[in-house]
Amino acid sequence: MSRNIERERDFDGEDEGPQERRPQGGGGRGGGRGRMRRRKVCRFCVDKVDIIDFKDVKLLQNFIPERGKILPRRISGVCTAHQRMLTEAIKRARNIALLPYTAD
Amino acid sequence: MAEKRVYEVVFIVDPDTQEDEMTKLTQNLSTVITDQGGTVTRNEVLGRRQLAYRIGRKNEGVYVLFEVEGTGSEISELERRMRVNDAIMRYMTVRVDEDRQRAEKLRARRQRKASKRPGFAAAAGGGGSSAPSRGEGGEA
Repeated sequence: MSRNIERERDFDGEDEGPQERRPQGGGGRGGGRGRMRRRKVCRFCVDKVDIIDFKDVKLLQNFIPERGKILPRRISGVCTAHQRMLTEAIKRARNIALLPYTAD
Repeated sequence: MAEKRVYEVVFIVDPDTQEDEMTKLTQNLSTVITDQGGTVTRNEVLGRRQLAYRIGRKNEGVYVLFEVEGTGSEISELERRMRVNDAIMRYMTVRVDEDRQRAEKLRARRQRKASKRPGFAAAAGGGGSSAPSRGEGGEA
């Protein structure tokens, strides 16, 4: 019994360490439980996407915030290879007015 | 073999052009390609769309997609025609055969990897069939 409690404390201690750091960096979303940082996984890898089509505006729109810029990898969690395809597709879409170069 | 190239040509037609003119225009352009020895494998009107930014005082445009197979010479002729044509507000050609080949290779590799691990595939197939079937759906 007591051992169990101790173990739980240990886990708490481990969890709290990073927890304290995270709010500083990420601004802390939510509260209380579940403040563990989720590892971002490239959604294109999950879906096994090999070609990102520049005509797929609905998809590309997810990666351009209000300003019209391309969302950086560190935020979207897209892997390098797919980010490269994605930027290429977005730039092509911009060229034929499917996406804006700037929005303001 | 190495000469066959596949292109996607997207162009935006002035939204004020009449329906019959539109069809005439697309027909003209596809004959340009066939005259030069290429083939149009896909000819699709993607429809009227709001432009993301204004082009020549227009806020709208009719998008048309061609998929062309050929050597590349017909593309230069096609682009020349489109440049001259006032009804075409913008065009873009993208070579797609290389990307498709690469995608095909990746897919093949993935399949090979999946078959190399029969234990994994069997476990996944027996355990939860939803996961592998979703993967296949993505590939297809």
